[in-house]
Formats: sequence, structure tokens, C-alpha cells
Amino acid sequence: MEWMRKNLFSSWGNSLLTIVALYLVYIIIVPFLDWAVFSAVFTGDSRAACLGPDKGACWPFVYANWDQFVYGRYPEAERWRVNIVFFLGAAGLIPLLMPSVPAKLYNVIFLLVAYPVLAVILLVGGRPGLPMVDTSYWGGLLVTLVVAVTGIVVSLPLGVLLALGRRSEMPVIRMFSVIFIEVWRGVPLITVLFMASVMLPMFLPEGVTLDNLLRCLIGVALFSSAYMAEVVRGGLQSMPKGQEEAARALGLSYPQTMIFIILPQALRHVIPGIVNTFIGLFKDTTLVLIVGIFDLLGQVRTQLSDPNWSAPQTAVTGYVFAAALFWIFCFGMSRYSTFMEHRLNAGHQR
Amino acid sequence: MSDAASNAAPAASGRPAIEIEHVDKWFGDFQVLRDVDLTVNRNERIVIAGPSGSGKSTLIRCINRLEKHDKGVIRVDGIELTEDLKRIDEVRREVGMVFQQFNLFPHMTVLENCMLAPIWVRKMPEKDARETAMSYLERVRIPEQALKYPGQLSGGQQQRVAIARSLCMNPRIMLFDEPTSALDPEMIKEVLDVMVGLAEDGMTMIVVTHEMGFARQVADRVVFMDEGDIVESADPETFFNNPQNDRTKAFLAQILHN
Repeated sequence: MEWMRKNLFSSWGNSLLTIVALYLVYIIIVPFLDWAVFSAVFTGDSRAACLGPDKGACWPFVYANWDQFVYGRYPEAERWRVNIVFFLGAAGLIPLLMPSVPAKLYNVIFLLVAYPVLAVILLVGGRPGLPMVDTSYWGGLLVTLVVAVTGIVVSLPLGVLLALGRRSEMPVIRMFSVIFIEVWRGVPLITVLFMASVMLPMFLPEGVTLDNLLRCLIGVALFSSAYMAEVVRGGLQSMPKGQEEAARALGLSYPQTMIFIILPQALRHVIPGIVNTFIGLFKDTTLVLIVGIFDLLGQVRTQLSDPNWSAPQTAVTGYVFAAALFWIFCFGMSRYSTFMEHRLNAGHQR
Repeated sequence: MSDAASNAAPAASGRPAIEIEHVDKWFGDFQVLRDVDLTVNRNERIVIAGPSGSGKSTLIRCINRLEKHDKGVIRVDGIELTEDLKRIDEVRREVGMVFQQFNLFPHMTVLENCMLAPIWVRKMPEKDARETAMSYLERVRIPEQALKYPGQLSGGQQQRVAIARSLCMNPRIMLFDEPTSALDPEMIKEVLDVMVGLAEDGMTMIVVTHEMGFARQVADRVVFMDEGDIVESADPETFFNNPQNDRTKAFLAQILHN
């Protein structure tokens, strides 16, 4: 009560704002809760359950299509392979994100070297005991995560190199970096994806084919590297010149100076920007839909056209579900970046 | 000196520590250094004084190639500074530098600041690097701060750490670029004391400073620079009591009377 009086009703104007805000919350939350919970349908195995004028969300649609949402058209008998990849990814990532868990170096090596190789072997297959699964069968969350994680893992180091290249004293490297960054930044991602899927094959030599998904992966990774490069450059510019001079005066080489002195500080300054780029990239993965690859959102849309589930609220339910899943991942990244900022700032302020 | 010893190292003892001959430097259209000549002998302590903008800092920053000179020759320990990166690295290993703004690495502890270069540049084992670092931190009288971060120390302590960090590389020559100018007055002495100690041990030093007391006490030679040129160079006795050049006189009159 005391708190409320102090913070919400301290003055006339403040009380008015509180009441308006509460009213806004009321008119948004109540209908949503009604739709998502009180009037929602939770059981059933076809559209029949969700038909009716007063029915809310059609949740059975989500459980019935859960497997499609997660795996796409990945053959049912092989889905254990995807599960292992998900599991290993989580098992590698979670301890890495917890500062108190030791052996970070091995953890990083596992995640950046061993894990991608294992994931490709398992997901693609084509070895004894592991039948080949063409990427055109992949879909749903699997594709979303493959595109997003590849984009994130490639764009950070490549972005760092491009940012350093843009500040290089060697004109050739500087020119190359500037042109690369400005070209990729100046083109919409949709165009990049179209080019990757339609035009790139024209430039490849006869007989060489590149998987459609792989082409998109390359496109997305290069595209996000350009953005990352600019974020990192902002961090590099915030560094006082004396840091580099002190390192060079001690005899450290240029790479040593960057790795030990400049990058750890510069990257720390731009964690919010880096994570912002990651989140943008994660959501942009939905654009692969337009070149015939079905990510989570694409898969939801596909299942919506199933006549067995055609009911008034099915589409909204599907989109809300997709939005919620995206939100969970993005919000997780955002919270983690806040946590890291606080942690890194706690030790040593300057 | 035997014949065998004379071809062992280019740094054989007869040669001056630093030779600067006819050095010019421009920043754009502005000439910062004009035909500067300076020879520093082994174990010699030189204080460079002069008004701001006279090129003192630029001159010593050319000695470890933080700035590139445009004309003339600079040799450090017999190694001529050219575009050759290998030689620049060789020179930087032998020349320590202390900056006005300390420039400690804020994301590392004091100890890590001191150990970094010995480990990665001198390839020293970690244990030895730690011992070396601790011994120099003791010498600058702050071993108890070894595990703190620079941001937790006072300016004077930070500058002493910066001196220890340079000494850990075991340099033959130390450059000081206005080491006390960014300090609060009560901290200047603790830094100067460390530098006096270093001078007494025979380190070759070039110090850009406005601390004339320090110059009187430790300098073998005081060099006065103005407008990119060395105007006067003399032992402290002569420099302070019997300056020859009018500009030197004007400068001394200004700084000694306020």
C-alpha cells in the first residue's frame, strides 16, 4: 500500500496516468486471456473441435502439427538425429553461457569445431546407417535454428575481421572491406536470398550445384557480417588511442594487440549492438520462406492450408504460436546480454 | 674488450644507445621536428624540456616508432628504424615507454598487465613472468595491489604500475612522456621517487617533463626544445644557472617563477 501511494498515486497527474495505464492493460489483457485460455479449445483432433462462434484459440492445431513445426518434412524415422543435434547444441551452449562452469576453452572448441561437423554428419547423413536426408525435407524450427546459428557463428568473427580491415592502413584491404560492407548493407536481405537462390547457380561452373539451403546460409551469413562489422567498428572507435600505443610500445604485434587488448574491450562496449544484430538476424531467418525453404513460420503457414484444420481461429493460433516461439529465443538472448553487461561492468569500472 | 665479443651483438658497449640524425617530421603541412640531432649514450639520463607543442613528445615517440619520422636517421642500439617491421619490433622490445595517461589495460589485473608482454613477446614461461612481475611491483612498492584492476588504483599507483609493466620487459632504454603531468600534485613525488631509483641503477632514460627539480637531481643533460628544434643542450648546472639561448632564458624565467 505504502509503495503504491508513493509510486503510483503520488500526485494528481500521476494518479490519472496510473488509471489510464491500468485501463489500457485491462482492455488488452482481458480479451487476450479470454481468447488464449478461457474460450480456447484444448482438446480435439480436427477442425470440428474448433468450430463455433464463441471459440477462442485452437490449440489442438498446435499439438497435432508439433512435429511438422519442429522438423518440417524431415523423415519421421530419422528425427532422432535432429533430436541429438538439438540436445548436443544445448549441452554445449548452456555450460558455455554459465560463467561459473570451468573449461571454457574446451567448451568453445567443442561448440565451434566438433559440433558443426557432428551436426552436418547427423543432419545430412549419406553414410552407412545414416540415410541421406536432402535439405529440401528440412523445415520448421530446425531450419530456423540452422540458419540463425550459422549466421550468428559466422557473422561475429567475419564482422570483426571486416571491421579491422576497414581501419587497416593497407589500402587494398581497406578498400575491399569498405566495398564488401557497403554492398551487402545496401541490398535488402530478400534480394540477397533471391540472388543466392536464382542467380548464383548461373555463375557456377557447369555441373557444380550448391544446395539451396546452403546458398541461403551463405547469403545470410555474409549479409549479417556486414552489419556486425559496423557494430564492431563502433566499438573499435570508442577505444582510446593510448591502449593500442601502450601495447605496441611493449612489443606486442598487431594481432596480439587486437586479440588481447583492443577487441576484448571494444566488443564489451558493443554487446548491446551485437545482440541486437543477432536478434534481428534470428527474426530475418523467416525470409527464407520466399525462396521455398520452410522455416518455423513457413511451416506454420503450410500446415494452415490443411483442410482438416480449417477453422476460424486456426490461423491466429498458428501465428501466435510462432510469434511466441520467436519471442522466447529473442528475449532469452536479450536477457543474457543484459546479464553479461552487468557481470562485466561489475569487476572494473574505468 | 676481446675480438670475439665485438661481433657478438650489435649492441656492443661502445656504441651510443640512441642516435638521431637530421630528423624531420611533418603533421600534414605543419613541421613538428626540424632537423633534430641528438645522441644519447648508454646509461645517460636526458631530460627534455620545452613549451607545449615544441615537439618533445613527438621526438621520443619517434624513438620507438609510435610516430614515423619523415627524414633523417634514427638508430636505437645500432638498429636503424625503417619500414622493416621486424626491426621495429626488435627496437620496441628494448625500449620501454611510460605515458602521460598511464595507458594500463583496464580489463586486466595489475599482475596480468605486467605479465602479458613477457609471456607473449619474450616467450617467458608463466611462472617466471609472474615472479618477474612481482619483483618489479615490489620495486615500485605496490606488490599488494597485484590482483586489483587499474580502475581501483589512484593515479600515482597506476603510473607506478605502468613503470613496472615496462620494466618487466627488461628494456635497455626507458622513455617517459610527461609521466607526472596527469597526476594530482600529492602523487607526483611517489612516481618521481621510482624514477630517481631507476636512474640511480643506471638505466638509460629520456624523460619529457616539466619537473625541473627532477631534471636538476638526476639529469646528465637537459635538452631544451622549441618549435621542433633543439635549441640548447647542457648539463643541468649550466642549463639552469647559465642558459645561453634567449628562448631558454624566457622559458626558464616562466616556469621557475610561478
